[in-house]
Amino acid sequence: MSDNEVFAAVMNQLPDASIPGYSPLHHADLETLAKQGPQQGGVHLREHALLGHLVLRCNPENPEHLAGVERVLGVALPLEPLSSVTEGNVTVMWTSPDEWIVIVPGLEAFDYETKFRAEMSGHYSLVNVSGGQTLVEVSGANAVDMLKKSCPLDFNAKKFPVGKVAGTVFAKAGAVVRRTGEDRFELIIRRSFADYLWLWLQDASREYGLVIEA
Amino acid sequence: MLYIYCPHCGEHREEEEFHPKGQAHIARPLDPDNCTDKEWGEYLYFRKNPRGLHHELWVHAAGCRKFFNMTRDTVTYEIKEVYKIGEQPSVVADS
Amino acid sequence: MLTVKERIHDTAKPPPVRRTNRPFKSLTFSYNGQEFKGYQGDTLASAMLANGIDVIGRSFKYSRPRGIVAAGAEEPNAVMQLGATEATQVPNVRATQQELFHGLVSKSTNGWPNVDTDIMSLLGKVGGKMMPPGFYYKTFMYPQSMWDTYENLIRKAAGLGRSPLETDPDTYDKVNQHCDIMIVGAGPAGLAAAQTAARSGASVIIADEQSEFGGSLLSSKELLNGKPAGDWVAEVVAELEAADNVLVLPRSTVNGYHDHNFLTIHERRTDHIGDLAPAGQVRQRLHRVRAKWVVLATGAHERPLVFANNDVPGCMVANAVSTYINRYGVVPGKELVLMTTNDNGYQAAIDWAEAGRKVVAIVDTRQSPAGDRIDAARKLGINIITGSAVIEVQGSKRVTGVSVAPISSDGSMVSGSVQRLSVDTVASSGGWSPVIHLSCHTGSRPVWNEEIVGFLPGPTVQKQLVAGGINGSYATGKAMGEGVEAANSAIASLNLDAVSVDLPTTEEVAEGPVQTLFHIPHTKPTSAAPKQFVDYQNDVTASGIELACREGYESIEHVKRYTAMGFGTDQGKLGNINGMAIAAKTLNKSIPETGTTIFRPNYTPVTFGALVGRDCGELFDPERYTAMHKWHLENGAKFEDVGQWKRPWYFPKAGETMQEALNRECLATRESVGILDASTLGKIDIQGKDAREFLGRVYTNPWAKLAVGKCRYGLMCGEDGMVFDDGVTTCLGENHFLMTTTSGGAARVYEWLELYHQTEWPELEVYFNTVTDHWATMTISGPNSRKLLEEVCTDIDLSNEAFSFMDWKAGTVAGVPARVFRISFTGELSYEINVQANYGLQVWEKLFEHGEKYNLTPYGTETMHILRAEKGFIIAGQDTDGSVHPHDLGMSWCVSDKKPFSYIGKRGMKREDCVRENRKQLVGLKTKDPMVVIPEGSQGVFDKNAPIPMPMVGHVTSSYYSAVLGHSIAMGFVKGGLNRMGETVYYPQADGSVIEAEICSPIFLDPKGERQNV
Repeated sequence: MSDNEVFAAVMNQLPDASIPGYSPLHHADLETLAKQGPQQGGVHLREHALLGHLVLRCNPENPEHLAGVERVLGVALPLEPLSSVTEGNVTVMWTSPDEWIVIVPGLEAFDYETKFRAEMSGHYSLVNVSGGQTLVEVSGANAVDMLKKSCPLDFNAKKFPVGKVAGTVFAKAGAVVRRTGEDRFELIIRRSFADYLWLWLQDASREYGLVIEA
Repeated sequence: MLYIYCPHCGEHREEEEFHPKGQAHIARPLDPDNCTDKEWGEYLYFRKNPRGLHHELWVHAAGCRKFFNMTRDTVTYEIKEVYKIGEQPSVVADS
Repeated sequence: MLTVKERIHDTAKPPPVRRTNRPFKSLTFSYNGQEFKGYQGDTLASAMLANGIDVIGRSFKYSRPRGIVAAGAEEPNAVMQLGATEATQVPNVRATQQELFHGLVSKSTNGWPNVDTDIMSLLGKVGGKMMPPGFYYKTFMYPQSMWDTYENLIRKAAGLGRSPLETDPDTYDKVNQHCDIMIVGAGPAGLAAAQTAARSGASVIIADEQSEFGGSLLSSKELLNGKPAGDWVAEVVAELEAADNVLVLPRSTVNGYHDHNFLTIHERRTDHIGDLAPAGQVRQRLHRVRAKWVVLATGAHERPLVFANNDVPGCMVANAVSTYINRYGVVPGKELVLMTTNDNGYQAAIDWAEAGRKVVAIVDTRQSPAGDRIDAARKLGINIITGSAVIEVQGSKRVTGVSVAPISSDGSMVSGSVQRLSVDTVASSGGWSPVIHLSCHTGSRPVWNEEIVGFLPGPTVQKQLVAGGINGSYATGKAMGEGVEAANSAIASLNLDAVSVDLPTTEEVAEGPVQTLFHIPHTKPTSAAPKQFVDYQNDVTASGIELACREGYESIEHVKRYTAMGFGTDQGKLGNINGMAIAAKTLNKSIPETGTTIFRPNYTPVTFGALVGRDCGELFDPERYTAMHKWHLENGAKFEDVGQWKRPWYFPKAGETMQEALNRECLATRESVGILDASTLGKIDIQGKDAREFLGRVYTNPWAKLAVGKCRYGLMCGEDGMVFDDGVTTCLGENHFLMTTTSGGAARVYEWLELYHQTEWPELEVYFNTVTDHWATMTISGPNSRKLLEEVCTDIDLSNEAFSFMDWKAGTVAGVPARVFRISFTGELSYEINVQANYGLQVWEKLFEHGEKYNLTPYGTETMHILRAEKGFIIAGQDTDGSVHPHDLGMSWCVSDKKPFSYIGKRGMKREDCVRENRKQLVGLKTKDPMVVIPEGSQGVFDKNAPIPMPMVGHVTSSYYSAVLGHSIAMGFVKGGLNRMGETVYYPQADGSVIEAEICSPIFLDPKGERQNV
């Protein structure tokens, strides 16, 4: 047991593969909808279920932290407000001056946690929140129209370019919204609000046609 | 509906992302135990209600969750400036 | 009275300035149950006029017959009820704004039982004097208990439209918009501004309330570049529609202009198509716009003049007459008299004459008018009577004639003999009022302008520009020029390049000055003359305003409220300026001195549907679910709302009453094992070397020595010393803690921690993160909970020695890595199991697989409340209300006086009022009759025979029947209660009965706490 592990409790939270994980939108049975639902429409929706979601909080002015993060993730921490980086299957999103969401493959969350604890020292925190949220991708010609019904951000491409990320209100819940393409966005939503937001997204997409992807 | 510049996110956002938290610069007394009831009462309950410039504490609740200060005109609702915790306002009422 | 007014052009020929090529298709609509014919492109109003419908309603107060007066948003009378079915009823739609569609069903709003034989008119006829201004205040104020009756009567009699009794099947929604330049109004000024703005590359929204863009050009014969104005409009609209930086919104009323350039637009997307929106389409949309710049190009409304009986159907605003002729091909009468104070008004008579109908006379209040339009009228051979006015109208359901008389040059008195003219239509023009409503919404005070005889937008803090009619610039060329200028001024501030636009050449029309005249004199004093209406919709008359002034109302805001001028759905579009002018004259003040009232949002009525948007039905408010929600649904849970969470309340079995279910759940838990979904508890992960110090500052008890592996209960107070939340916090690692909060308090506590960290103690090295949703939490409680857990958890030594009360361990439960906490809210042996929420349901189900032999019983919040109450455990928010400190709760054991830092709440608890004797304190209550459950909220008294009002000594906060104990239990506050053990408190009930209870310890079960330690 390293010193770090004395100070913070880290555990592998995943069971073996015999026990399936149920993402927050599991009950919506998106897989069946993807097969049986409409194949054409202005809004496409896909849940990237069971990813590893880590919240990192550290000091952006501490060079040791910055170096440590880069060693662990293989990518530098985005320091510009509202920016994000993706490198391979790792995405890091700025959510606050001292806070980032790190998205990694679901099965690798614990490995990353362990690496962080080994590489980082000083005052920082790392929390696994993979069970508490999910990532939903929305895309299509009317993705922006649908988003404009849902949250008050300015989605003009000049104001909200690819790579930009913003925490905001989404309908009567909240979401972290990130643009990954001209007509492509990722939403990070909380588990307990997932059912409400799933109803909302279906409703807001209705006039454009909603296509579920799996 | 105010349009508020978040000094941490570096852009304007809609008021619905923020929570107002009352008057700014209400420092917690450093030695509460030696405050008189009157002093503690002042700290707890007494607030300004100016017509004109008012320094307020806000939090970007749905965004970066950082607190910051705002100088706002309570007559016109103009936001004169926002500034971070620990900083002092540059726009102040004539006294 | 006319019967049917033929259109000047039949179906084959479009009206004079019809701009579109669409087929002039015949449509059928109904009005008050009768079928009529209209044409595509009509408004309901133009179709009604074409069908000779003179009376479209009865007035609000006097129940006088009323007809269509105007042609746009300013129409005060033709306010209709639409809807073919109960579910599609829409009240308060202006006939002048509603496009005709096939099958439209309309009814008059006012009038009961119908517009032609109105019971109230009897009252109105004799009631001229019976219903002076302030009538409602004076008559219906007392007795107050009768108000409901009065209101009912007034509403029924006057009619204000009605809402549907069935659910509206249509969809309404909201869209958030951002733009650089928002242009309000698509007349000449707005279109020129939009064209300029669009070419700059700025993002632009242009909205107009009408179905077509063009504004005043839609009904004008004016030529632009020598061609019909419609050609230019079509060119500009095509350019705007093709530009991808422009959002073009017809049928969209900008209804409100709010702080920081936030505007709301009410877009009616399908109201012109049919009674119901076509499948899949949104009927109305509320755009919430944040604009960097706003260009108001809202134009102006023509003012009617105020003269005797000016409300008889057939009296219209001059410009409306032109609009009906030119745009809709309907001449609303046969013989016209036009009264005007200005040159512009002449156009109505010119259009009338050119349509081939008879203009009996133009009555100009000016002594010697001169200008191009006057010449044009003379050329048409129209009789112009100068220096005169129409002082009175004859007729009741339709104009039959007018009295015309010379007036003094200042317009103050009749100066000669009266002549009668036989006409069926009276058009009047008192000049134009800029449409400054939106500007007023921002709090800007309008400024009187003598030259245009109207109010202009005043100074504003908004990024607002004005162009055209709103600025008093009525000539088309000038309006367009101002549009370009306004757009370029916005463009410059956006750091974009200025744009030059080739504006079309316009016809110059030389005009003489406008006479400042609002109120036409009569041979009798105003109070004795027939009614001279100022505000048609609210039945406000000139004499009413004079009376209000005489009764001492000097402020125009008070006059407004006293007379109701400018109230309701009308918002004083036609009448306000006339009203102010009359008040000013009565008060011997100038108009600027009198000032004006301020228009408020909304500009025209908005449906509730548009305001609600999609926040209705199942989307009304988020319902938050735990990972085990599906199981709860499948197992018949009844749910309780805890904040936005849906928590299982209890799990009734077939045929069970709620109390039976609770009894069963409680007994099963105390006798064997029960299980609770506790996932909703707020959970905050706290890391950092100062985490422990921070906990010590926000909790009232000590945290310095809590060892890794241990849990502790904590109370959280505000700076006032009052309890606001509680929960168990666990030491996971030396610098790592997991705090739990109440379900409802999670967000508040989290923000509270951040507030203190960010603003007071930033030097403390600590980070907080919400993990409420990450962990699924299930609590198994009861003597058999260890046995059950042993079956699914083999890697933790569950013996009491190895894993004792208030410890936590990491291990595997049902194959899933878990954190297990030995904490208890029931007083029983309990384990709280936390697993990543993606696996919560599987673990929960596995527990049930093994739990059958232990009669594992799911319980909900109600049983949880009973079980904890048996143990005297408080629930923050139920047994506390922000006015009780820990000592009041008998929880002094949870308050430290020794901690070095003066933690939050410490000083507050020591205020004079907090340390006084005889505060209300939380105690247990045992009813004399063990089966009686005191209603929660009951107020206690020490002397049940005390005279009313009885001195109250505290209320019951928690009260249940305990099946385990076989009697009722309760907790409540009693003055000095902790020193009154064994004394009696009485709880008088609303039915006159009195429940008697003995003060006791709130710990009813297992006072030594042995059961949780086994």
